[in-house]
Amino acid sequence: MAELIKFSKRATQALVTAPVEQRFQYLAFSLGGETFAMDIRSIKEVIQFGGLTEVPLMPPFIRGVINLRGAVVPVVDLCVRFGRPVTEVARRTCTVILEVSQGDEFAVLGVLVDNVSEVLEIGESQIEPAPSFGSDIRAEFIAGVGKVGEKFVILLDVNRVLSVDELAAMTSGRGPAGTLA
Amino acid sequence: MNLDKAKQTFFNEAQELLEAMEAALLAGEEQEDQGEAVNAMFRTVHTIKGSAGLFGLDAVVRFAHSVESVLDRVRGHQVPLSSELITLLFQCHDHLIQVLDDLQGELPESPETQQSGARILASLLPYQNNPVATPAPGALAVQPVTAHPVGSGPANPWHLSLRFGPDVFRNGMDPLSFLRYLGTLGSILHLTPLLGNLPEGDGYDPETCYLGLELDLDSQADQKTLEEVFEFVREDSRILIIPPHSKTEDFLALLKDLPEGERYLGEILVAGGQLTSQELEEALRTQKDESYEDGKVQSRLLGSILIQEHGMAPPVVAAALDKQKKAKERQAQEQKVIKVSAEKLDRLVDLVGELVIAGATAHAQAAEVKAGRAQADNLLEATTTLNKLVEEIRDNALSLRMVQIGETFSRFRRIVRDVSQELGKAIELEIHGGETELDKSIVEKLSDPLMHIVRNSIDHGIEALDQRRARGKPESGTLSLSASHESGTIIIEVSDDGGGLNRERIYAKAVERGIIQPGASLSDQEITNLIFEPGFSTATAVSNLSGRGVGMDVVRRNIDELRGSIEVETEEGLGTTLRIRLPLTLAIIDGFRVGVGGVSYVVPLDLVIECLDLAPFLESEENHLVNLRGEVLPFLRLREVFQIPGPLPARERVVVIQYGDTRAGIVVDRLMGEFQTVIKPLGKLFRGARGIGGSTILGSGEVALILDAAQLVQLATERPIRPGSLSTLQ
Repeated sequence: MAELIKFSKRATQALVTAPVEQRFQYLAFSLGGETFAMDIRSIKEVIQFGGLTEVPLMPPFIRGVINLRGAVVPVVDLCVRFGRPVTEVARRTCTVILEVSQGDEFAVLGVLVDNVSEVLEIGESQIEPAPSFGSDIRAEFIAGVGKVGEKFVILLDVNRVLSVDELAAMTSGRGPAGTLA
Repeated sequence: MNLDKAKQTFFNEAQELLEAMEAALLAGEEQEDQGEAVNAMFRTVHTIKGSAGLFGLDAVVRFAHSVESVLDRVRGHQVPLSSELITLLFQCHDHLIQVLDDLQGELPESPETQQSGARILASLLPYQNNPVATPAPGALAVQPVTAHPVGSGPANPWHLSLRFGPDVFRNGMDPLSFLRYLGTLGSILHLTPLLGNLPEGDGYDPETCYLGLELDLDSQADQKTLEEVFEFVREDSRILIIPPHSKTEDFLALLKDLPEGERYLGEILVAGGQLTSQELEEALRTQKDESYEDGKVQSRLLGSILIQEHGMAPPVVAAALDKQKKAKERQAQEQKVIKVSAEKLDRLVDLVGELVIAGATAHAQAAEVKAGRAQADNLLEATTTLNKLVEEIRDNALSLRMVQIGETFSRFRRIVRDVSQELGKAIELEIHGGETELDKSIVEKLSDPLMHIVRNSIDHGIEALDQRRARGKPESGTLSLSASHESGTIIIEVSDDGGGLNRERIYAKAVERGIIQPGASLSDQEITNLIFEPGFSTATAVSNLSGRGVGMDVVRRNIDELRGSIEVETEEGLGTTLRIRLPLTLAIIDGFRVGVGGVSYVVPLDLVIECLDLAPFLESEENHLVNLRGEVLPFLRLREVFQIPGPLPARERVVVIQYGDTRAGIVVDRLMGEFQTVIKPLGKLFRGARGIGGSTILGSGEVALILDAAQLVQLATERPIRPGSLSTLQ
């Protein structure tokens, strides 16, 4: 009983001393010279880029598939998704493995990034809503803009950027006919 | 204690039992000797009742109880198993499935289900206690209600209407004690307290009893015993006891008698299952009409009104089908259980034991070789043993998922029975090769397309009775379902001896629907294949069964998803056969590995006929043809179809493939030999991928794509490679 009281006391103290502000963790990475970040909760792992198998007749934003410990995982080129040129593979190129949710379903996807820099901890008050214009990235892809020190980082909305339904519609809508002839 | 798991087992078991019941019903309908079938039905219903009781699923218990008591009488030869009764029992079966489904999905019982349940129960009544002949109006008045045979059928829902007097508490009585005592005489099925007398606020006196109860009691006791229960309160309370299976009028009298108003009490009776709301309305009206007509109320059994009103509704097939579909969807979310023969499992465990030993041996040998103490030959031998065991285990493990298709086939007995009854066609179902084993996941996905085909055959294929007579065919049509193995694939055939497909009509329809251009010249086979095109349906009238716009195109898509193929064979006036070819399993195939550029692709080995060099056989580069020992064979370059950049190798190879009647060559850079492939689906993102059926992981860890030959050929046909395009690639 005494322990219980002690415990609840400590809990109360913790409640009192804890900062009211909630802080979120984001993984920062660079892409075409620009820094982006995404919510760390949807990230499963970061692996070195390699072992990619290209899938023919797919739109360029799908780089191919990789073998992730026995599971075949598609790899998406974020740059192409943002309407920029194809990411060049270099020494520090990484594949970030993400789990995106689509309604009740979860899909595992990889995205290609130039390099992964750090994990940022950003307080709620440091996050501004996405600007409605000014960026060449579709506004709905941006969850917010985080302020880290003197810099701003674009926080991506992973479930929008990598909406499996939308990507699937793009891959099936784009027939191969006419591309060669 | 967590009962969820046990409950899940109950649902699985109940499902199997109900399947057995359906089989028994069908057998009972066909056979002369019905004894065993009736016993089987009785056993299944009895077991379901018992297990449902364990989990407190009262609705199921109550319903199963009534069905059981009817079956008990059938078993005792008190009631004949007439075809009406069988139809009714089919309805009982469907209702139980529905109720169990709802319970499993934790859905509240829908009013429709409740109503249909009550209706079925009411239809069962005449079979329960009185010989079937008696429920004619008039005859019942002779039977006094109290002369109810005790112990004949256990379903005796008494209705008790209790209004306790205001002084009950003051006299030292507790209404609850009566309920407890009633509980010892039988079980209380339904109870509604009436609190309408309860005064508000200051008017409320805690020592006064305001309580009224309407309750349904299932009891073997006679009226006297029940009356005696209330002996101490009878003076100042109003106690009304209505025996089981009473006349509607008794209930109506009760409604009139009591102060709460007809409608309100009527609804309580409805809730208790004594009446359904429809019956209530009808009964009130019927009584009124009759009173007008001859001035006095006729005595009619509740059941007899019901039978007249509802009769034996013809089974609504569409509803049954929808129900099955719904059940399947829900089942998909539930934990899946598969039954495996103990022998197979024992064999697998034995093999795993051997594998462990072989693994240890190989390891020891490898260590010896490393230390330079042994020859590499021994190690090779050990790994060969290991490989052999792995293969055996693979085959064994796969066979665990194999189920006989017969179970799926026999489900169609019911469909055929119901549909042919509805359409007034006589159809016999023949089943061949039901013991053929097929991967469980394939069987599951096969049942929908099969259903479609069977429905089509019954609806459009087999002609109406007079038409058959005119054509000199036997009156009863034959539908046959058969399954067989053929060189690594399973063949499932659905054939009927009906009218066959009318090619001219198909052609005209396809032109009308814009599927083909008018005047297009097509072979007979091509015309019959038009029925698989989306938006094609030849039925002029949309019937209950088919012609809903989804048709054979959905069937073909489903079969395609299973990596199978479907073809039609038809002879006008004689019948149609649909042949479905399916792979034995979805998970593992033997593959043939080929290379283009730096990438490997896998061709399913059953498609591969031979491999050759391109150059010596090349007939025409422009038209993409090779001369295969006098036979002209079209080919496609994988490099071109997949737009893979890079120079052509010095020596190109051709893999000759055949699927169905189509033969083609696939030109690749390298041939890399056979190997076993574990198929990994590519996922939603690659739904639009063409020419590719899936992926697999090679020994090196690299992902290789599995080619879909049919799609590849289609791709190449859609996009004829221009002679000039070759140079751009080079």
